[in-house]
Amino acid sequence: MIPAEFDYVAPSTVEEAVRALRDAGEDAKVLAGGQSLLPVLRMRLAAPSTVVDLGKVSEMRGVREEDGNLVIGAMTTHHEVVRDGLVNEHASLLALATRTVADPQVRHRGTLGGSLAHADPAGDLLAPVLALEGEMVLAGPQGRRTVPADEFFVDHFTTAVGPEELLVEVRVPKHTGWSAHYEKFNRVAQAWSVVGVAATVLVEDGRIARARVGLTNMGSTPVRAHGVERALLGASPTGEAVRRAAERAHEGTSPGSDASADADYRQHLAEVLTGRALATAAGV
Amino acid sequence: MTATPVSPSEPEIGRARRRKEDARLVTGRTRWTDNMSLPGMVHLAVLRSPVAHARISAIDTTEARRMPGVHEVVTGADLAERQGSMPCAWPVTPDMKTPYAPALAVEEVHFAGEAVAMVAARSAAEARDALDAIDVDYEDREVVLDVEAAARDDSPLVHEELGTNRSATWTFDSAEAGTGGDVERALRDAEVRLDRTFRQQRLIPAFMEPRSVLVDPTGEQYTVWSSTQVPHILRTMIAMTLGVGEHKVRVIAPDVGGGFGGKLQVTPEEMLTFLMAERLGRPVKWTESRSETMVSAHHGRDQVQRLSLAARADGTVTGLKVDLLADMGAYLRLVTPGIPILGALMFNAIYKFDSYRFTCTNVFTTKTPTDAYRGAGRPEATFAIERMMDELAAELDMDPLEVRRRNWINHDEFPFDTVAGLTYDSGDYEAATDRAVEMFGYQQLRDEQLRRRQRGDTVQLGIGVSTFTEMCGLAPSRVLGSLSYGAGGWEHSQVRVLPTGKVEVVTGTSPHGQGHVTAWSQLVADRLGVPFEDVEVLHGDTQSSPRGLDTYGSRSLAVGGVAAVRASDRVIDKARSIAAHLLECSEQDLDFSAGRFSVRGTDRGMALTEVALAAFTAHDLPEGVEPNLDAEVSHDPENFSFPHGTHLCAAEVDTETGRVRIRSYVCVDDVGTVVNPLVVEGQVHGGLAQGIAQALYEEAVHDEDGTLTTATLADYLVPSAVDLPEFHTDRTETDATSNPLGVKGVGEAGTIASTPAVVNAVVDAIRHYGVTDVRMPCSPQRVWRALSGARASSATAAESGGGLGSVDPDQPFPTGGDR
Repeated sequence: MIPAEFDYVAPSTVEEAVRALRDAGEDAKVLAGGQSLLPVLRMRLAAPSTVVDLGKVSEMRGVREEDGNLVIGAMTTHHEVVRDGLVNEHASLLALATRTVADPQVRHRGTLGGSLAHADPAGDLLAPVLALEGEMVLAGPQGRRTVPADEFFVDHFTTAVGPEELLVEVRVPKHTGWSAHYEKFNRVAQAWSVVGVAATVLVEDGRIARARVGLTNMGSTPVRAHGVERALLGASPTGEAVRRAAERAHEGTSPGSDASADADYRQHLAEVLTGRALATAAGV
Repeated sequence: MTATPVSPSEPEIGRARRRKEDARLVTGRTRWTDNMSLPGMVHLAVLRSPVAHARISAIDTTEARRMPGVHEVVTGADLAERQGSMPCAWPVTPDMKTPYAPALAVEEVHFAGEAVAMVAARSAAEARDALDAIDVDYEDREVVLDVEAAARDDSPLVHEELGTNRSATWTFDSAEAGTGGDVERALRDAEVRLDRTFRQQRLIPAFMEPRSVLVDPTGEQYTVWSSTQVPHILRTMIAMTLGVGEHKVRVIAPDVGGGFGGKLQVTPEEMLTFLMAERLGRPVKWTESRSETMVSAHHGRDQVQRLSLAARADGTVTGLKVDLLADMGAYLRLVTPGIPILGALMFNAIYKFDSYRFTCTNVFTTKTPTDAYRGAGRPEATFAIERMMDELAAELDMDPLEVRRRNWINHDEFPFDTVAGLTYDSGDYEAATDRAVEMFGYQQLRDEQLRRRQRGDTVQLGIGVSTFTEMCGLAPSRVLGSLSYGAGGWEHSQVRVLPTGKVEVVTGTSPHGQGHVTAWSQLVADRLGVPFEDVEVLHGDTQSSPRGLDTYGSRSLAVGGVAAVRASDRVIDKARSIAAHLLECSEQDLDFSAGRFSVRGTDRGMALTEVALAAFTAHDLPEGVEPNLDAEVSHDPENFSFPHGTHLCAAEVDTETGRVRIRSYVCVDDVGTVVNPLVVEGQVHGGLAQGIAQALYEEAVHDEDGTLTTATLADYLVPSAVDLPEFHTDRTETDATSNPLGVKGVGEAGTIASTPAVVNAVVDAIRHYGVTDVRMPCSPQRVWRALSGARASSATAAESGGGLGSVDPDQPFPTGGDR
């Protein structure tokens, strides 16, 4: 498995990285954790002229609080996200979903930003970031701009990141006190999700005050289950309420068919798994 | 199980010795073929067809030749006169149709992945880069993918010149053979008749070390290193295929990282590396990528099995008719056509029904060739009969264990001549089953199953039974001859006692993960009474172990291990004559024990070490005795060995998602005398993993163009330890009577037994919804669809066990389970 020849650049700041991308032109590829890009290069499914490796850009790593948001550097590894105290306290959904990614080796190499920018609809971190109403901060030659998650994911493997732009950080509003669950359904432990459901709820005074549900692999982009969320508002967290709400999980989805699952089975799974995710999140 | 400290007086056989091989392997001091590097060596890369069936109208290599580092670019046309045709050693019938099988396609490609050109370059990267510069024009021809359609007369042809896609039809009929009755009569007279069709999906052996070949043409002999299970066969086949003198070829199988039958092959790439080395006069190495393994190394299984079973209302089976279609893929490789035929001897399993007929039609398709994969014919047979026994139990509303008890050979009926013409030497199916039932908690699980059904739980519980036997220790040469196999089944060993008393054991078996070095050391240490550490086992090099038939079919211990023991006995005989001479007594007065000859009734004697030194100095040897303490044996076994066992699986099925979870797995195997319990346990665990993988996870899938869509390990689902249950294993020991050690094979038992146990459990969990089958692998979606179909048609579905009626043979999956 030998990749085609490419030039390699390893900048140490965001500014240098953006410049390197611009210099390299359209055929450049950004290397984050490499857990998707390297296999693709080795199988020669991609042959970029230049690979811009962000591994030395230390300012892109780590988690901090800023203006009531969590700010997670795009190069923060899955392992770091899983272990991070701030993420576990204020965005537990993201920590729980990240725990289910592949295996320990991959979680030590792969990064949050890399997963989001790769935008594989079967990736487990897109739906949680969408459900948590995260925002992506992109850096380009004209400076920085912020794109909300529901505009960031455009299609299979396609995002709002422009050819000369980098995803540098992810801003997630604090969901302090929300309970959460990520229900992942896959064939073997290391496989991608057939369907995944990211659910987080805020229960106040015995009622579901707020609910956010995102679906993995139920279309070309992650899908927000607005119908489910609305059905839960104000409901008592009971099995019946959860089940009724979960019946709306297929709304707005357009899943594909592949070797593991046809579209109709995915829609069925989405309902079953949404019910289970909510039941666990709401402590039913 | 853990290795236990041992005292020197205990026999080696039966000790849980840690493997001698492992310290080196786990610390990376390994000698894989790809680790080798020779002066002047160049790297070979192979261009493969992306299409399944096409004429090659043009190949342009001009640009590739100009690429940096490139030494040579070769196409099939360049080799047409030199390369011969890849060998098939098993012409199963006299009229078998065998297509021309060039190592490098000349005019036409017949599967996606077939080699069409090769590049030798200074580095592996430059060779790989140059492949992209070769331009091939393909003129598409019709693909032939479905084995049932391919077998019909109106199918497009894979090989035009053969005039048919049917390679051969092989039949066994117990009435004609005189081993039993007429199956048609049994079916006519049956009180219960069951007709079922099962699909053995195509699997990929998925050995850990990809294949690699290095050929050095610069010495007096060509030296070939290959990641192969069969160095001896490879040497002979290189000579026969390429017309090179056999004495001019030395083959070495260094450390080999797994095979599972996938390296029981003589590959096009071995021939191509040889031919490139011959052409360039310098060492050439080829190492494949995993992507190449998936499409070009042979696949396994892939059969359609139609079965009709006749029984009486009390559960006694009276006859079985088997009609197979076996997918050969595009070519007949080394033993491709014989693999399904090996199953012919095993469909009757442990049962003593009277009438049996087996027909197998071998069919070409435009897919990767199939060949041996762990079990090779016996897993397919065992799956079919064990599924049928559970179906019969359901039909009669009997316990599946009771149906088996009613039909199996009792322990006091051995030796037993089977309806398939074999003689089972020994077995105790009652003992293994009783032990398994006890460990499993059979009745408690049945009770829980009933409670869950009554409550209508989301998660239902099923119990699957598999009481299996298999034939291994390939094999008595005369039996292989009767099956038209192209070689014998003997094995060779030489035992040499060195002047210092250390021992070298040369074996013709070729371990690639089995632990022969450890086990053979134990066998010979016991026999000669020398320390385990003093025995060295030499293997896998046709120069140091010149004779042998290699490792496959769970043959190594029962044939090769026995050869080493018999050679040890000859060494003792020779040493006895020398010792008697030196001690001035008669041979009859000498006792040999713990490595020492002693003169009976005296305190005089001498150690084997002393005899060895005396043989070496040769100062005073008896008349006619040659100055060495070596002996060799070519051992041809008198019969197969027949391990057996009872496997019980409890599976939970989530009826909302279709997901299957194995709750509990118990197996009690009878592999006869155990030389090393640790090694046996390892073989059983690995075997179970692969058998369960067939039941639940693995499948090679092609799209409508014939492209393999499960061509990476991200798509081809090999389970890891996390995906598998804890295995609860135990053994009974009923010695084989066909060899002096009482041993049987163990390498394939777990794979053969476990697949039907799991599928039976899945079906049992949801049979009350009307499901009678789920096609393998029992993926969540397939299980869910089977349930959905069954629920949708529940108004018309017959209750299971509701009568003695037959299932409509035209609708083998009335509940929509086939998906």
